[in-house]
Formats: sequence, structure tokens, C-alpha cells
Amino acid sequence: MSVGAVEPAPGGSPQDKPTGAAPPPQAPPDVERPRLGDGEGDGEAVAIGGSTRFVPGSSNRQVTVVNGKVQLGQRLKDLWTNRDLLVLLVRTELKVKYKNSVLGYLWSMLNPALVLAIYYVVFKIIARNHQPNFAIWLFAGLLVWNLFNNAAMSSTTVVVGKAGIVKKVAFPRELLALSVAGVALVLFAIQVVVLILAMLLFGVHPAYEYVALLPLGLLALLIFTGAVSIFLSAVNVYLRDTQHLTEVLLMAWFWGTCIVYTYGQIFLSGFSKSHPILKWGQYVYLLNPITPIVMTFQRAIYGVTQYSYLPPNSQPHTKPTIYHVLPTWSVGTFGLLLVGVLVVSVGLFFLSLIVFGRLEGNFAEEL
Amino acid sequence: MGVAIEVRDISKQFKLYNERYTSLKERVIHGGKMPFTPFWALKDVNVDINEGETFGILGRNGCGKSTLLKCVAGILKPTSGEIRVRGSLAAMLELGAGFQPELSGRDNIYLNGSLLGLSRSEIDKRFDDIVAFAELEQFIDNQVKFYSSGMYVRLGFAVAVNVEPDVLLVDEVLAVGDAAFQRKCLDHVKRFQREGRTIVVVSHGTDTIRQNCSRAMVMNHGKVLTVDEPGEAIRVYLADLLGVGTIEGSESGGIEGNVFHFGTVTADHGGSGTRTHLYPGESLTIMAELDSLAPVENAIATIAIHDDTNELVFASDPDDPSCQMEVPVGGGQIRFDFPEVPLLDGTYSVSVGIRSLTETAIFDWKDQVTTFEVANPGRATGRVRLLPAVSFRHRSSGHTGEVPVIDSLGGISGAPVAENIIS
Repeated sequence: MSVGAVEPAPGGSPQDKPTGAAPPPQAPPDVERPRLGDGEGDGEAVAIGGSTRFVPGSSNRQVTVVNGKVQLGQRLKDLWTNRDLLVLLVRTELKVKYKNSVLGYLWSMLNPALVLAIYYVVFKIIARNHQPNFAIWLFAGLLVWNLFNNAAMSSTTVVVGKAGIVKKVAFPRELLALSVAGVALVLFAIQVVVLILAMLLFGVHPAYEYVALLPLGLLALLIFTGAVSIFLSAVNVYLRDTQHLTEVLLMAWFWGTCIVYTYGQIFLSGFSKSHPILKWGQYVYLLNPITPIVMTFQRAIYGVTQYSYLPPNSQPHTKPTIYHVLPTWSVGTFGLLLVGVLVVSVGLFFLSLIVFGRLEGNFAEEL
Repeated sequence: MGVAIEVRDISKQFKLYNERYTSLKERVIHGGKMPFTPFWALKDVNVDINEGETFGILGRNGCGKSTLLKCVAGILKPTSGEIRVRGSLAAMLELGAGFQPELSGRDNIYLNGSLLGLSRSEIDKRFDDIVAFAELEQFIDNQVKFYSSGMYVRLGFAVAVNVEPDVLLVDEVLAVGDAAFQRKCLDHVKRFQREGRTIVVVSHGTDTIRQNCSRAMVMNHGKVLTVDEPGEAIRVYLADLLGVGTIEGSESGGIEGNVFHFGTVTADHGGSGTRTHLYPGESLTIMAELDSLAPVENAIATIAIHDDTNELVFASDPDDPSCQMEVPVGGGQIRFDFPEVPLLDGTYSVSVGIRSLTETAIFDWKDQVTTFEVANPGRATGRVRLLPAVSFRHRSSGHTGEVPVIDSLGGISGAPVAENIIS
């Protein structure tokens, strides 16, 4: 069966084959209109005006089933076949937001830069934190957090904000939530460039053996972010104050993750090692999927797990105090933690797709 | 012929909330309860739409036709039941729905095309066609927000039809742009039909359905009233819409103690009996019972016909001497005979009146006292059935080759032919 050739229909009379030259006359309703191939396996190529694109009656045509059920496999397949649309949605968002100009993207850096500056001033200068290269430490954690935070915050309003499309066009709506994560990823990439420049400026060397873990960490982060975004985007359609609730929860989440402070301050000091609650608390603390990712980034970018500090006006021969900032886990341990996060994230991703699928059925009605 | 769209027992329930709590705070305050009335927008809808068919869906507002279309498109999920669609599907529920005003026309073509399910390379291939179709070559790199509304819908239509789907769903969007562009859209639809694609049209416009569809479905309150030939379906739709027979005796001028008093008024036509409607060109008789308390020598009867939009179609000459008659005491029956009713489809209401030519105090009238229905099985549209004889004359020679082309009515609106078509 070759598209482009006009083939006689199996057993069909010449009348059965419409051509561009002979459009069907205005036939009375009871007169059988020229019909195309009978759909019994063989299709029939029809050439109209030189353009042949359509093969009626081909049995291999895909059947789409619409019903009330949520089919996870179908959803995943739809996401994959519509990946072009995802890229396009991200580009659209970036174009609309930043007008595709360098200044526009610089503008987008203003917010994270300000956040970084504030924490730096408050903790380094006012609170007299003596951690060396504190800005790089902050940046490493904020990098991860910003991606998650940006996506989660914008995801709440993405479906509601795009009501026009959601109500009128059929496409996998999860893509809207994922596009928000995609935009956050682009901003992440810009921040990475800034971070590398900063590291060169301050002469900070990354822990190269841990850098290999970063792609895995980023993958886990993206899937986790996607799962949360999909969930929040659907829930906010029904509960419109989700966006405000999310803001508060994200703030708590931020301070529950070792970004501004160090993991070592809580769990690796002499006091916490003997304290039973803190001893077991670290396992609970690590259940936060963002924490292992943040720690991996800090481990790789900040490069060291401890620093020594000697107060400037201390007695001679005083030994400098050792401060632990991160556990001395091997690449394998970090890798294992990330794999754990990845597995959990994939599970959450599927779960959020199912929840989204259940809620999506009435989007057009609720918006 | 395969089935393109299989709709099986589709029901869709909407919840009509007395008060809608759209925030968690409100939900918590009200204990999570939200009283609602279930509303079935669709109830057990079953229909098969064949491949290559142009299928119309008619129905009054809120009958569920758009809901059904949205379910088929996958925008809404049915509460129960299943829809199977063979082949690719594109829905035109609103033109340019996915447009981003901030983006250029070029970017919007890619965005909208992707939303309709095209891959990037497929859009690349069709890009020039789309731009040419929308006639926007000059403006394609301008932001869409600066487009006129005409340009906007043209672009939307151009993208949607160039998706080249196996099944196209259209919701009352065929009338866009200027006359030339409409012509182009229609040509495109016709080409789709020739290519054997399936088209489903939802419309209020009976003319659109009549001229383009091979079958039509009428819906009411979420249920299927009928699936039939367009002519018959339109008749059912109009009957449903207007509630034939309910306006009987709506207003009477009968004044207490007046000489004349109209009784029942009935319409009798070729369609009386087994069918309730007549076909264009058939005869019609209106019979009005009249009581009279006194003999009136120079009574004159008048009749008026209004169409379903209450537009006057015909009113008889109030001084026509041929309508004069002598009415004895007691009265009788006035007959208005129309040998041929040259009307196309619609429901028409009849008003009758009578008065004395000399004494102004003697009169009676009844407004819209009965109705008759004309069902048009053909594809001609409009109000009046005209039967032009079409011929062709050569420009150079004076030779008149009387070559009848096509009777513009397709020769099918005449009564006897129509009879054959329906039965």
C-alpha cells in the first residue's frame, strides 16, 4: 500500500473513488454518496489536487479510547509523544517572560541574587559566621532549592492561568505543569554558569569525584519537582488557596533543609553525636527528598566536609577548632541515597499522574 | 464502512453546587460538605459515526451537544461509558484558543499545531500552507496581539484544518472571516469530505447542517432524540425547539357580545394524517369555525402567516374583494385554500380575522391560532421555494443551447419527489 498512488479499491466500482475533478454533486440524502474504501484491511490512497496525505479505511489506524478511567501507561505514552509540545511550552513561557533578551534573563537572576545577598549579609556579616566561602556554600544549596521552589510556586497557577487552552484544546495537561519545571531548569542552567564564574573568582575547587553524581542528583530533582508540580497544578484548580498554602509550606521546607545552615551543625557536632534524638533524627531528616540532593550538590561544589577555625585574637598554640559541615560519606553512599530519592520520586511521579488524571476530568468544568 | 467514532452509553454528570467552596479554608469551615444537585449533561448517549461521514449535532442550548463533543475530544471525561475514536482527531472548539498574544504568528503556529498533536517536523512541512491559507504572509512575524480579530480567527482556522486529522470536530466555528475566506473554509471542508475524513459539526444553524451533513443527530436534555437524514433531523429539532402546537389559541379578539366569534381553527394539508408536516409545494387548507349572531352581508376574511421568528411571511389584502362573503346567522366554516405553499422548512403560525366592510364594530380575530410545519428534505435553504430554470448561453454566437444545468434545488424539493425520498 503506497500512499501517493491511486489504487483501485478491492472490488470497488469506479464510482466509489472520488477524485478532485469530480466532487460529489449536491446529492439528495437518500442517494448513497461516494464512499471510500470499506475499511476491511486495505486502505485506499486518494489523490486530491496532487496532494495525497490521507489513507481512509486503513485498519492500522490507532484507536483512542475515552472513558472515565485513568490509564497510567497511556498517560506516560502521551507525555512522550507530545515532548515537542513540552519544549514549545517552555520556550513560549521563556519568550513571554523574558522576551528572549539577555537583559530579560539577567532580570530573572535578580531575585535569586538578592536572596543570596540577603542570606550572606545576615549570616556572614551580622551573625559572624566564620565558614570560609560561605557564599559558595549558600549558592550550592540555593541552586537546587531555586529549581524546586520556582517550579512548585508557579505550578499552582499554571492550569488555572491557562484556562483558555485547558477548556478548549485536548492535550496532555500535565505538560503545563512540567513546562513550569522546564522553565525552572533553564533558570537553573543560568545560575550554574554564574556559580562556575563565582567559583573561579573565589578559587573554590569542587570535589571532582562527587561532580559525577550531579547529573543523577539533577535527574532525581527534576522528577521529584515534576511530581510535586503536577500534583499542585491539579489541586489548585479545586482548592484555589493551595497557592498560598504552598508558599508557607515551602518556607518551612526551605528551613527544614540544610541550605543556609550546615548538616554538620546539627548532626555532626560532638553534642549531637551523643544525643539520642539527634542520632536517630538524622535518618528522619534525610527522608526529605530534597536534602540528599542538596547535600550532594554541596559536597561536590563546596568541595570540603570540614574546616578549621581559629579565632583571630586567641592565645598562641591554641589548636583551631574543627567544624564539620557535611558527613564524610563516600561517592557510593551519596549515590545510593540519590538512587533512593530517584526511586521515591519516580513513584511519586506516577502517583501524581494518577491524581492528576482523576482530577483532570472536570478541569473544563471547574475553570 | 468502518465506524470512526463509537459512543457507548456515555453519561456525564455535572455537579451544580448551591455554593461553591473553592478554597481549603472554606472547605474546612464548612466541614468538607458541599451540597450539590446532580445534573446529567449527557445520559446514556449511544451513537456510531461512520468513517467519511459528515455528521451534524443539533439541539437547543444546554442540550449537551458541546459536552458530547468535548467528551469525544477528550477535554472532558465522561462519568461512565466509553468513546472509541479511530484515527487522529482534531477539535476546533474555539479558533485560536491556544494563542499566546505575546508571541508572533510564526511561534503561535508552532504552539497551536503542537497543541493539536503535530510534531515539529510536521509543522515545518505545513508551515507555508498554513500561512498562505490564513493570508498572513506580511504579518507572520508580528505579535498576535496586534492582529485584527479577523486575522486571529483566520490563523486559528488555518492551523486547525492543516492538521489534516482523520476526524475533525467543529463547534459552530465555520462562519469566520470575510466572504472570500468563508468560501475557502467551505472548500476545505468539502475537500475533507471528498477525502473520506470524518467531520462532526455542532451547530444551531440548520442551514449549515442541511447543506453539509450526511446525517444529523438531535439532542435534548442530554439524550438523543433522533439520528436521521438532515432534513428529518432538522424537522425534529425545530419541533423540539418551538414546541409545535403549544401556541394554539394564544390570543383572541373575541369581544363579549360581538357578532362574530371564531371557533377552532385547523390546518389541513398533504401531510395531515400519518405525517404532521407538509413538504414544500404541497397544498394547504386552513379551516376556521365561525359563529355569527347576526347575518352579515359584506364580511371579509383575512389570513396572516408568521414564521418561527415571528416575522410576517404573508398577510392577505384586507380589502380583497375575492375574500368577501356573506355570513348567515349561526355561522359556518371559512376555508382558506392554498393550492401550493412555496415555503421551505420551518414552523409557521396562522392568524385569522374577519370584519364587516361597512360596520367597524363587527369583527373578530385570532392571533397565531394554529401552526403548520414545512419540512424540507432537500438541500435548498432560505424561506421561499423558488424553482429557477437555469440555462446556459454561449457568449460568442447567438446560439441558445438550452442546456439545463442543475436545478438549483436539486429537483428534490418538489412534493412528489420528496415523498419518495422520505418513505
